[in-house]
Parts: sequence; structure tokens; C-alpha cells
Amino acid sequence: MRELSLHVLDVVENGIAAGARCITIRVEESTARDRLEITIRDDGRGMPAEKIRNLADPFVTTRTTRRVGLGLSLLAAAARRCEGDIRVDAEPGRGTEVTAFFRRSHIDRAPLGDMAATMGMLIIGNPHLDIVYTHRLDEGEFVLDTRELKAELEGLSLSEPVVVQHLTESIRRSLNELASGPGEGTVNDHP
Amino acid sequence: MAKLTIDDLKRIKEQTIKSTALRQGDARVKVTVHMGTCGIASGARDVMNVLMQEMAEADRQDIRVVTAGCMGMCSSEPNVTVEVLDSEPIVYQHMDANRMRQVFRRHALLGEVQTDFALGKM
Repeated sequence: MRELSLHVLDVVENGIAAGARCITIRVEESTARDRLEITIRDDGRGMPAEKIRNLADPFVTTRTTRRVGLGLSLLAAAARRCEGDIRVDAEPGRGTEVTAFFRRSHIDRAPLGDMAATMGMLIIGNPHLDIVYTHRLDEGEFVLDTRELKAELEGLSLSEPVVVQHLTESIRRSLNELASGPGEGTVNDHP
Repeated sequence: MAKLTIDDLKRIKEQTIKSTALRQGDARVKVTVHMGTCGIASGARDVMNVLMQEMAEADRQDIRVVTAGCMGMCSSEPNVTVEVLDSEPIVYQHMDANRMRQVFRRHALLGEVQTDFALGKM
């Protein structure tokens, strides 16, 4: 995949397929430690230990529609290409946590890409899913919590195309601000 | 600390409340974008993006967009299924932004099946 944000979309879709109701996405970038870490946690049905051991093997999958599963093996390959790896913690019935880390400045590290589009897709396609997305870049932080947004919109569906479009734009702006560092453009954090 | 402002939300809400005030009843058309690993890797997110724009523009109350997983036809991804009430679902293959626009405007809005892009009837 060309962007890490596509991997995020993919892993979250796995969580949704596992019956998750709430997904937590954390992206942590540290220029000082030259590290990029992505953690995706779901409260779905989890996985048995033997599956986890063989996760990076594309011929191991919990799916039944076909015999190969590529999602996590592609993510593992993307991470290992740049001195990183993935870790998976899962327990049947307790959800799954997937962590991928990368050397941030590695020449082979795919760009994070359009996280706003990924969030937009997730929101429009899964009206009942709660998503908490935290993005840290050194000292800066961006937080998106769809539970707060839903409360704020008072009954108006978050998955209305018009709402999602505005929301995606707004996320994109905030992430750009985050990337351009602290300055006069900071957004107030709490009402 | 960057965060969505409440003002942002209020603005979105005002802009939206008009257009969705009338939304009710069941969907007559269902558009499914298949977003498994295969779909995502071959561009389903862009397809979905365009679909979202078209939906916002068309402002039709009877069309519903959903995402689904892989359906086992990875070589023809991105796949999109259009289901008009009381007719067979049509699976479209190798979708991109332009094809999605055409399928949405002609099939979802007007009911004309775009056989050129169709994988087949399900």
C-alpha cells in the first residue's frame, strides 16, 4: 500500500469485522527518537494465541471467504522494511491491539498519507462505531473523539455525507496545523 | 494542542440541518463499496471519497452508502455493488473516481445499469 493511512483503514476494518464497537487509533511521531508508532485497538472478539504467532504469514487468516489474509502481513512487511516491526496483543473476547513502529526518517518508510480521508471513510461507512483518534507529533497533539461529536451534533447523524465532508476537511486542516508545528495557528483545546 | 473546535461543529450542524431535515423512510438504493485489504490497496478509499462528494451534492434522501469487506473477487477490485430496490444487485469492477461518478449519476440516480463496468449480476 502506498500510504500508512491505508494500512490503518485496513486494520480498523479488521476490527469492525471482529464486531468492534469502539476503535482507538494512536499515531505517535517523535523526531527526537526518530520513531513513528501506530497503535490500533479494538474491542472486538480478539484472536486465539496460535493465530497471533503466525500473523505475518499471509496463509494464516481467520477469514472464510478465501485462504489468504494479507492485511497484517503487508503491514508487517512495511514496518520491517524500515527497521520496525508489528506487535499484536489479542485475547479471545477481549479485543485486539495492533502496534506498528517504524524508523521515521527511513528512506523506505511510506508516508502516513491522508489520515483525514481514512477517518472520513470510517465514519461514513460505520455510523454506529465509536472512534477515538489521537495524533501526537513531538509536543503537539490532535484528538478526535466521535462520541463527543455525536453528543455535540444532537441527533444529527455523523455519517451524513455533508457532515462527513466538512469533518474530513476540518480534520485535514487540524492535521496540517499539527504538522506545521506550534504557532499562532493553534486551535483552542477545550470549550 | 489542535482539536476540532465546537464552533466548527456548530457550523457544520447549521449547514447540514437544512438538507437533512426531510430525511426519513427506507433507502431505495444501496451502494456498497468493498473495502477489504485488496479493495483498499487498489483504490477503494478514493472511490469512496468521490461517492461521498457525489452523495453530498445529489442530496438524495433515498440512497444509502455502506462499506463491506472483501467478497472474494480481489482481482477485480475496487468493486462496488449497486442495489436498486426490486432489481438484481450489480457488481461493478475495477472502479476508479471517474467510473464511480458515472455509476452514481447514471445507475444510482437514474437507474441505468452501466454494463461496461459490470462484473456481472449476483
